[in-house]
Amino acid sequence: MNTAAQHLQEQFDTSRQQIKAAKLGMWTFLATEVVLFGALFCAYAFYRYVFPQGYALASKHTDFALGTIETAILLTSSLTMALAIRATRLAQRKATVYFLAATAILGAAFIGIHATEYLQEWHEHLWPGKHFDESLRGVNGTEMFFTLYYVMTCLHGLHVTIGIGVLVVLAVLSFRGRFTAGYYTPLELGGLYWHLVDIVWIFLYPLFYLVSRT
Amino acid sequence: MTQARTAMARSYLSDGTTIRSWLTTSDHKRIAIMFSIAITAFFFIGGLAATLIRIELATPQGDVVSAETYNKLFTLHGIVMVWFFLIPSIPTTLGNFLLPIMVGARDLAFPRLNLASLYIYILGGIFTIVTVIAGGVDTGWTFYTPYSTMFSNSYVLLAAAGVFIVGFSSIFTGLNFIVTVHTMRAPGMTWFRLPLFVWAMYSTSIVMVLATPVLAMTLALIGIERIAGIGFFDPALGGDPVLFQHLFWFYSHPAVYIMVLPAMGVVSEIITCFARKRIFGYRFMVYAIAAIAVIGFLVWGHHMFVAGESMYAGLVFSLLSFLVAVPSAIKVFNWTATLYKGSISFDAPMLYALGFVGLFLIGGLTGLFLAATAVDVHLTQTYFVVAHFHYIMVGGAVMAYLGGIHYWWPKITGKLYREGIAQAAAVLMFFGFNLTFFPQFLLGYLGMPRRYHEYADRFQMLNVLSSAGAVVLALAYLIPLTYFTWSLFRGERAPANPWRATGLEWTIPSPPPTHNFTHTPQISDEPYAYAPDSRE
Repeated sequence: MNTAAQHLQEQFDTSRQQIKAAKLGMWTFLATEVVLFGALFCAYAFYRYVFPQGYALASKHTDFALGTIETAILLTSSLTMALAIRATRLAQRKATVYFLAATAILGAAFIGIHATEYLQEWHEHLWPGKHFDESLRGVNGTEMFFTLYYVMTCLHGLHVTIGIGVLVVLAVLSFRGRFTAGYYTPLELGGLYWHLVDIVWIFLYPLFYLVSRT
Repeated sequence: MTQARTAMARSYLSDGTTIRSWLTTSDHKRIAIMFSIAITAFFFIGGLAATLIRIELATPQGDVVSAETYNKLFTLHGIVMVWFFLIPSIPTTLGNFLLPIMVGARDLAFPRLNLASLYIYILGGIFTIVTVIAGGVDTGWTFYTPYSTMFSNSYVLLAAAGVFIVGFSSIFTGLNFIVTVHTMRAPGMTWFRLPLFVWAMYSTSIVMVLATPVLAMTLALIGIERIAGIGFFDPALGGDPVLFQHLFWFYSHPAVYIMVLPAMGVVSEIITCFARKRIFGYRFMVYAIAAIAVIGFLVWGHHMFVAGESMYAGLVFSLLSFLVAVPSAIKVFNWTATLYKGSISFDAPMLYALGFVGLFLIGGLTGLFLAATAVDVHLTQTYFVVAHFHYIMVGGAVMAYLGGIHYWWPKITGKLYREGIAQAAAVLMFFGFNLTFFPQFLLGYLGMPRRYHEYADRFQMLNVLSSAGAVVLALAYLIPLTYFTWSLFRGERAPANPWRATGLEWTIPSPPPTHNFTHTPQISDEPYAYAPDSRE
């Protein structure tokens, strides 16, 4: 039987202490992530205040349909992540692996769809720089909107990609029977991370796709 | 189990003597030692740059180095001293070594993360050294845009990458400390029984964890702007350079508190021990630490009073900057009150601690000059600012760091150093420091701008005094290096508690065994149970 006691590291007195430390460590890490994205949200807010028309115009050029589909996919992946943890608690190893795989696949789908979106925007001359659309360039703030859009969604995409890697590792470990109803801390921490990535997207979606569509 | 028990009895220094056993260790004490070697090396690199700066400024003409080289020298000095010495100094060495012991734990919560922090620090350091070898960077340690993104032809990306990387070392150390203080305290070690050093480390860690990511992001944006040519901060593309300054100082002002809060923690430990008196107003000291950490996050705008910030923002930031002086003053008053009717002895650590209080006081009060918007217009970008922050960072943080090293040296190494020469070095340092930096207050008041390699003839007298002081200061920094090295080989064996101090670290042997405690300690008292000597 695989229990929390077997995973006790020497600096801790009890498993309870170890689990508490691991969770607090993860939450602290998530706080740093919030501040990391926070700097960009701050820049977004400042420039939106400076260029309201530019933002409104530019946001009409993002793909509303694909953005919405991505949102649905990512929200669903959070559900499957939660279900994976529930399955472990109920000692259903197979179900855990399936749900983790589903989460990873949904994450990959998100990345794939977003990549096509980037490609499409490249053809529409929406990437900032020399190729930026001439008519849009005439309105102040449109290029800034897209600069922020790419930096923020790419940073988010990087987090999703890392998350997929984490999910694959967790799925393999689950498959090998590393986690039991009594010990599943890494799974829980991976879940916390995945939900954070999801929450960041919940903010990015309205900021880039819904500015003048409300 | 038997293996574990033998490891218990053995000192952490003799538990494996190969280089490999050091480089792959997860022992917080060994990691602290390796950090202290690395930051000492960087201290002397940064110090070398400072020496060249002071040599250049001994005469009004720019005759020793070119303007470009001078720019690179003060940039190197700033980057190395801020990110590779001051910020990690106390947390990664004394903090790493003492924090687990002070809370009664066998190690930090995440020992491997701690080792990762060391390697990330070294990686960042390599980037910085490569920057210097490649030809240096000339933006100033603040990387201000648009110069850093559009005009500088030096190695901005490489330097920024080094700072970006070393930031993660801070984040990991901070995260580790926060979790350790929350979850690893021994039975009976309640929050209000924690030594003030632990409180200082805890507050510092929170600042590290919540401020450093913003710096990482800001530097990343500079990198993106420089590489891709898109404008976050470029006015030609609708960007605003002042936004860069806001983001930068949102980290870099709290960073000052990352440097000085640990120093306050060290000084609190030393003063109460060498006054043989319980610290005055323990709870107020704790609240003051917390208040400094919180208010410290809200004062960054005072760096932009003349940079195009709105008048109203200036007013608010000015007020908040005055406000942060209140908890700082509470601490100074409480240290003074602790001394009152104590049985004071002037051992080397105490000399450093008292030096800290005096220099921090001057640094803090001159900070109020700069927080007053009208006065700041006159003093900004002058040597007054340089003198002010050196009083806090060098007079404050470095003095306290050295005080702490002297205080805990017997515990860390198990050896005693020679008291007489240590006292002499401390006094010399205090003297050299003031001679170096006090003239700079006068220079700034008279209007000498910072960051130029030449200056008007009328400033020469004060500059010569400052350079002379720098010679004394440099000498004073080298002396501890020699007698500490001597003590490692020839020093007397230190007893467990040479200062008759309280605190868990003094209840275990010097040097401590690998797992610190043979039994998890039980705490039933408040800290600092000192009583004045009866001979009075």
